[in-house]
Amino acid sequence: MSDRTTKLNLDPGLVRQARELARAAAEPVVELARTHTTTSVERAVLRLAGLDGADSDGMPWVNRLTDAIREATGLEHGVALPAWDAMATGNYPDLRTLAADAAAGKVAFRIPDGTDAVAARESAGRSVRRGIETIDARRGERDRMLAEVGDPAKPWIYLIVATGDIYEDIPQAQAAAREGADIIAVIRSTGQSLLDYVPEGATREGYAGTYATRENFRLMRAALDDTSRELGRYVRLTNYASGLCMPEIAALAGLERLDMMLNDCMYGIIFRDINPVRTFIDQRFSRQVHARAGIIINTGEDNYLTTADAVDAAHTVVVSQLLNEYFGREAGLADWQLGLGHAFEINPEVPDSFLLELAHALLIRELFPDAPLKYMPPTKHMSGNVFAGYLLDAFFNLCGMMTSQSILLIGMMTEGIHTPFLSDRDLALENVRYVRNAAGRLGESFVPSPDGFVAERARRVLAESVSLLRRIGSDGLLTAIGEGTFGVTKRPASGGRGLDGVIERAEDYWNPAIGALEGERA
Amino acid sequence: MSASESRTIRPYGDTTGDGRVQVSFTLPVPFGTEAERSLAEGAALQLAAKMGLDPAMVVHAKGMGPAFTFFIVYGRVSHFVDLSAVTVTAREYAVLPAAEVNLRIRSALGRKLVVVGACIGTDAHTVGIDAILNVKGHAGEKGLEYYREIRVVNMGAQVAVRDLVDRARLEHADAVLVSQVVTQRDAHLSNTRDMAAAFRSSFGPQRPLLVVGGPRFDPGAAEDLGVDRIFGRGTTPREVASYLTHALAPEVAA
Repeated sequence: MSDRTTKLNLDPGLVRQARELARAAAEPVVELARTHTTTSVERAVLRLAGLDGADSDGMPWVNRLTDAIREATGLEHGVALPAWDAMATGNYPDLRTLAADAAAGKVAFRIPDGTDAVAARESAGRSVRRGIETIDARRGERDRMLAEVGDPAKPWIYLIVATGDIYEDIPQAQAAAREGADIIAVIRSTGQSLLDYVPEGATREGYAGTYATRENFRLMRAALDDTSRELGRYVRLTNYASGLCMPEIAALAGLERLDMMLNDCMYGIIFRDINPVRTFIDQRFSRQVHARAGIIINTGEDNYLTTADAVDAAHTVVVSQLLNEYFGREAGLADWQLGLGHAFEINPEVPDSFLLELAHALLIRELFPDAPLKYMPPTKHMSGNVFAGYLLDAFFNLCGMMTSQSILLIGMMTEGIHTPFLSDRDLALENVRYVRNAAGRLGESFVPSPDGFVAERARRVLAESVSLLRRIGSDGLLTAIGEGTFGVTKRPASGGRGLDGVIERAEDYWNPAIGALEGERA
Repeated sequence: MSASESRTIRPYGDTTGDGRVQVSFTLPVPFGTEAERSLAEGAALQLAAKMGLDPAMVVHAKGMGPAFTFFIVYGRVSHFVDLSAVTVTAREYAVLPAAEVNLRIRSALGRKLVVVGACIGTDAHTVGIDAILNVKGHAGEKGLEYYREIRVVNMGAQVAVRDLVDRARLEHADAVLVSQVVTQRDAHLSNTRDMAAAFRSSFGPQRPLLVVGGPRFDPGAAEDLGVDRIFGRGTTPREVASYLTHALAPEVAA
């Protein structure tokens, strides 16, 4: 960024130092991901190889097969070698038949060697490559559609649907797109992140959201394709690659051409008490898949500001973004795929609150000039006074325009009261349309005075970020998380959900998906 | 007019007794052609009249998509309020902001309040307990982990009562939170009775506060089940935190 014009007079040396410190803090964690696997990573391999469906209890075959192999040979060699060796030995026509027999205890798995190992590797590699080719084809489809129907100008308007019923979500999503939404996010059913399997099929019931399933992905994407053609602009679809099944959801998203995925490096750890090690391993694989699929990730830094004070904790947002950037790039994501998150959550009673918001938003814009930043509207200080809330949302929209944010999640004046009414959404879009129309180009003319309040504040947040990174660096990221540096809770590396699904890789560990994803990287 | 003269009031616009109110709503009618617009506004006025607004005026109408219209209506409401007939259901505790909860715990206990939570029996649905305990929280409110002065031990799902009792002792729990979401043949009731009995026999009168929650419970049945409090559907973390504060960290008398 040193050769770019900057409005804040950031010290390029300090920015470089911040990135260097982030790398130092993150690198040991990446090494952990390189030397371990998880049950969900292995299940994702099977999903890429085409294993779908579930048994009569609704438990997916990928879980059944992975569990059976884990019991027989362990997962430290990966699921691929024993699975495809058993396919060959038992003359199985497909993975599903193998999984059914494995679940019934009828398959003797082993780690093959010699020519058997070579054969297993070849057939596994072939199957998984087909999945990756499908992801490539989906990416090609997206590129073609963007060229044919058109890519909307930024900022993209991001709207949420969440009825619990995919068949109810679809018309709502289409209506939202017609009203001006560029991105539709389908909120997941509460607690899906804690399920250690991905539900199957189209679902019509959920808790405050709709289950993420492959079929739900497919149905919504197909409906939005129709709407995109009707409107003459490509409507993007978003879901959540988070929780215990992050790698599998990432694979399914790639296979069904989702466009953006919520995928934060620490969200599940802090807010869902998922084991830190599990999270970092799952995350690296999921990001490798996202990189390949041309999916934009959305990180979750806005969440820190809903728990901590948005002024005091501003630097934790920047630190987390720098970590997300490092982890993302390391996994192969390009800068245009890094939808780093932040939020407009400063208490409106604080003097100069809008100036502080401007400083934070501009700082992040300048630190990550090529990232499609995702800016989240006020939620914490939406009091139920819908009229005051509408005003606050307008200031949020204005701040977004002035600092050239890329993705604006549309604020609802009824935030915290109910899931938005049709009219709430319509009014919210009217708000953003007005601000965009009236002040959309204000960013190019707005330059804060170099020694004024806004620039000073931005530089101070950067300096605080560097000192926090320095502290993390000397203690290590896992220690920092264990000590409660992010959010307000302590999350030790030995605690949380999903640790029993973490396996250290053996010398001969083999994963055809990682091979294909890493091998083809430039 | 003083309150003692009359307990009857009307909404206030800009003159006492004018009864003026504002409402907004959406009707599933189109707002395209001239005829559609007239019909839509007429429909809004009819609804307003049935709501007791007379006279009413549609000050704003806007079509939303091909099939819906949004209205803002001002009118004079013909109803009045009899203050002497207002009934108020009092909660036995006040719902407190997080800072107040923390302060009360700190001054009353001088240490953190310890909460052990679990789903007992065969119920694998941690949605309820996680919504109350996880930082993530529920309904826009952060869970109990968010409270600086509350230490949370979340044991997860399918916890045996014996393990719950042991853990509560080990952690010196002030309160035990148990969630039961999916139950069959009233298993949630027998599970809760078993749990309460186990705490009684293991701890005696010095047992931790027992709190259960879940959509199938009757909030009035606490005594019958041998627990201190039952929370039903839609309970938020702040309500639970406030109740725990009320029960375990009473306000220090001035």
